[in-house]
Amino acid sequence: MSEPTVRIQKIKRDTVKTRLILFGALALLLLVCSVFSEHLTPYDPYLQDLTNTKAAPSAEHLFGTDRYGRDMLSRVIVGSKTSIYSTLLLVAIVTALGTMIGVFCGWHGKWIDTVLMRISDMFLAFPGLVFAMAVAGVLGGGLQNAIIALVAISWPKYARIARSQTLAQKETPYLKAARLSGSGTWKIIFKHILPNIIGPILVTSMLDIGTMMMELAGLSFLGLGAKPPTAEWGSMMSDTRSLLSTVPWVTLAPGFAIFVSVMIFNLLGDTIRDYADPKSRGR
Amino acid sequence: MAEILRFEHVDITYNGFKAIKDVSFTVDEGEILGIVGESGSGKSTLIKAAMGLLGPTGLVTRGDIWYKGKNLPDLSPRELRRLNGPELGMIFQYAGSSFCPIRTVGAQLYESMTEHENISRGEFTARATDLLGKIGFDDARRILDSYPFELSGGMQQRVGIAAAMLLHPSVLMADEPTSALDVSVQKQVVEEMLLVRRTFGTSIVLVTHNIGVIGAMADKVLVMRYGEMVEYGETKQVLEHPKEDYTKLLMSAVPRLRRA
Amino acid sequence: MEPVLKVDNLTKIFTRKGQPDFTAVDHIGFELYPGECVGLIGESGSGKTTVVNMITRLVDATEGSVILDGEDIIKMSGKELRRAYRKMQMVFQTPTDSFDPRRTLGDGIGESLRNSGMSRADTKKEVARLLTECGLTPDFAGRYPHQVSGGQCQRAAIARALAVKPRLLICDEATSSLDVTIQKEIVALLNELRSQHGSELSILFICHDIALVQQFCSRVLVLYKGRIVEQGRPDDVIRDPKDEYTRRLIDSIL
Repeated sequence: MSEPTVRIQKIKRDTVKTRLILFGALALLLLVCSVFSEHLTPYDPYLQDLTNTKAAPSAEHLFGTDRYGRDMLSRVIVGSKTSIYSTLLLVAIVTALGTMIGVFCGWHGKWIDTVLMRISDMFLAFPGLVFAMAVAGVLGGGLQNAIIALVAISWPKYARIARSQTLAQKETPYLKAARLSGSGTWKIIFKHILPNIIGPILVTSMLDIGTMMMELAGLSFLGLGAKPPTAEWGSMMSDTRSLLSTVPWVTLAPGFAIFVSVMIFNLLGDTIRDYADPKSRGR
Repeated sequence: MAEILRFEHVDITYNGFKAIKDVSFTVDEGEILGIVGESGSGKSTLIKAAMGLLGPTGLVTRGDIWYKGKNLPDLSPRELRRLNGPELGMIFQYAGSSFCPIRTVGAQLYESMTEHENISRGEFTARATDLLGKIGFDDARRILDSYPFELSGGMQQRVGIAAAMLLHPSVLMADEPTSALDVSVQKQVVEEMLLVRRTFGTSIVLVTHNIGVIGAMADKVLVMRYGEMVEYGETKQVLEHPKEDYTKLLMSAVPRLRRA
Repeated sequence: MEPVLKVDNLTKIFTRKGQPDFTAVDHIGFELYPGECVGLIGESGSGKTTVVNMITRLVDATEGSVILDGEDIIKMSGKELRRAYRKMQMVFQTPTDSFDPRRTLGDGIGESLRNSGMSRADTKKEVARLLTECGLTPDFAGRYPHQVSGGQCQRAAIARALAVKPRLLICDEATSSLDVTIQKEIVALLNELRSQHGSELSILFICHDIALVQQFCSRVLVLYKGRIVEQGRPDDVIRDPKDEYTRRLIDSIL
C-alpha cells in the first residue's frame, strides 16, 4: 500500500477584530475632536475678517474662508460639536423609546400590542423626511424641534425590532425557566429580555448614526434645524449654497465633514454587526 | 464482493482543528456500513468528506478516499459535482427542508435529474413512477403532484430516498436519516433503505447515533469517538461482543425494551 | 393518600379566527401520587408539550382543572401562581437553551431562591450544595451555559429545579437531546434523587422512548392524538398492549 497523501491547509484569520479596533478608534477620534473642538480650532470660528473674504484654500486657511472672512476649517471643527452631539442624542432617544415600546408590546401582547403596532404602521406609512419637515414646520425651526421630528419618524423601526426579538425570547426555555423561578414581569424584562435583545438593536442604532446625521443635516439645510450663526454642517451648507459655483470650498468643506463622519459610523456599525454575529466570525 | 469505497488513513482538519484522525475502512458493493458515535465523534464529517461537502474551512489533510479508482479529495469541485448524484447519492436528516416548499415534489425531482441527464418530462414521470413503485409506494403519481408540506415527515424522508435513487447511485450516503422521526415511522424508513439495497444492490453508508437502526440494517459497523476509530467489524460481533471499553459502555447505555 | 397532582378533564382547543380549529389535548385526566414517577409517552403531535404547558400555565387551558397539592392551578393568577411554582419545577429538553446565555449557571439556579427573599450569601451556599447534590462541583456556579457540556448543563438544570424543594418535577424530554452515555448518567442521577427524597418528590417524565420509560417509571400513560389511550405498569403495557396504537408503537421498536 502506498503512503497516504498529505495536503496542506491554509488557515483563515479573523479580520473582524482588527476592523473593529480601526473603525472604533476613528469614531473615538471624531468624538474627541468634537468634545475639544473649541481648543482645536486654529482661528476663532465666529471672528469675521472682511479684508480676507472668500479666500481660496491655502496654508493659513486649509479650507479657505467664507464670505465674512471666517476660517472654514475652524467652523467645520466647531460644527462637529453640534452635528455629532445632536446626532448621538437623537439616536439614543430613538433607540431607548423604540425599544421600550417594542419590548412592552411583545411581552404584553393582546390589544395594547395591536394598538401600538398600528400606530407605528401609520408612522411608517409616511415618507419619513417629508413627515419630519411637517413636524418641524409645525413646531417651528430649531435644533431641538428637528430632533423631536426625527424621533417621531424613527421610533417605529426600533419598536418593530424590539418586539420581534421579545417574541422570540418569550418562547425560549430559559425564559420559561425564569417564570417558573417566580420572577415577575419587570425582573424578567430587565434581567433576561433586555440584555439578550440589546445586541441587534445597538447594531441597528450604530448603522443609523450615519443616516440620522444626514437627516439632521438635511433638516438644517432646509432651515428647519440649527440656525445661523451656530456652526452646524447642514446649515453651513445651506447658507453658502449660492456660492457653490464661485467659491465651492465654502460649501464642500462641511459636506466633506458629513461624508467622512457618516462613512466612519457606517463602517463601525457594519463591523459591530459582523462582530455580534457569531456565524460571520468563523470557527 | 468487489470493494467500491475505501478510506485510507484519513485525517480531516477544520481550520487547523483536527476533527478526524487516521480513519480507514472499506465498503463493498451492496454492503451497508453503519457509522455510529455520539456528538462530536466526527461521524458525519466522514461522509461529508466523501461528498466534498466539508465547506471552505474543512480539508482532508492526510490520506485518500478511493471511489472506483478516483481519489475523491483530489478531484476538482466540478468533477465532484458530476459524481454526486449519479455515483454517490445523499440522504439528509431533514429531507423535508431539502425540498423547496412552493413547488411540487415531481417538479423538483425532475429539475435535479436534468442537472445530470437529458431527459424529457414524460420520460421522467414514467421512470419516477416506476422507481417509486419498486420501492414500495403505491400512489406514485399523487406523491409527485404533492407539495412537500402535504407529506408527513416519514413520507418526506422516503421521498428523499427515492429522489436519491432516481439517479441510480452506487453508494448511498445517509446522514442520520431516521433521527428526526418518530419510532413508528423510523421503522418504515429503515425498511425502505433495506428494500433499496435488495432491489438495486446499492451500498449504503449509514451515519447515526441510533444503535437500534444499526442493528436492524448494517452488515458492518464502525464505532467513532472524538474523531478516532474505536472499533470496526461485523455488526453482530461488535454489538453483541464488543471488544473495546467504549463500545461496551455505549451498548450498556442504550435503553432496550424488555418485551417479556 | 392525596395525589400530588390531579389532572381532570384537561382540554386545549386551539382557535383560528375565533373558530375552534384543532383539539391538541382532549379531555385527559390522570393522577400522580407522592413519590411516584409516571411516564407520559407520545410521538410528535400527540399533545405532550401542550399538556406540560397547561400544567405549568405557560399556555391557558380551554377546559378542565389541574390540582397541585390541593389547589387548582388553572384558576390562579400572578402572585398565587408564582407561589405555586415553588411546588412545581421543570427540566427542559435542551439544557443549554434553558439557561440565560448571558448569566452564569449559579445565577440561574439561585434565581428562585433570591426571589423568595434569601440573602446573597445564603443563596451562594445553597447553590453550591445543590450543585454538589447533582454531581457537579461548586465552581460550576461561575460558568456560563456555553462553557459546559450538555450533560453538565442538564445537571445544573436539575439543581435549579430542586432549589425550591418542589413536590413535583416535570422532566420534558429531559434526556432526549443527550448522547446515550450521558442520558444514562442523568437517569442515574434522577434515580438517586428519587431514593433520597422519597415521597417528597414525584416525577412526571415526558419521553418518546418507551424503553427508557420502562426502565425508569413505575407507571406509564400513552398519549395519542391528545387522548390517553392506555395506562398501566410499563411491563404490563409492553407485554400486552390493549390499544391498537400502543401495539403498533411497541412493534416498531427496533
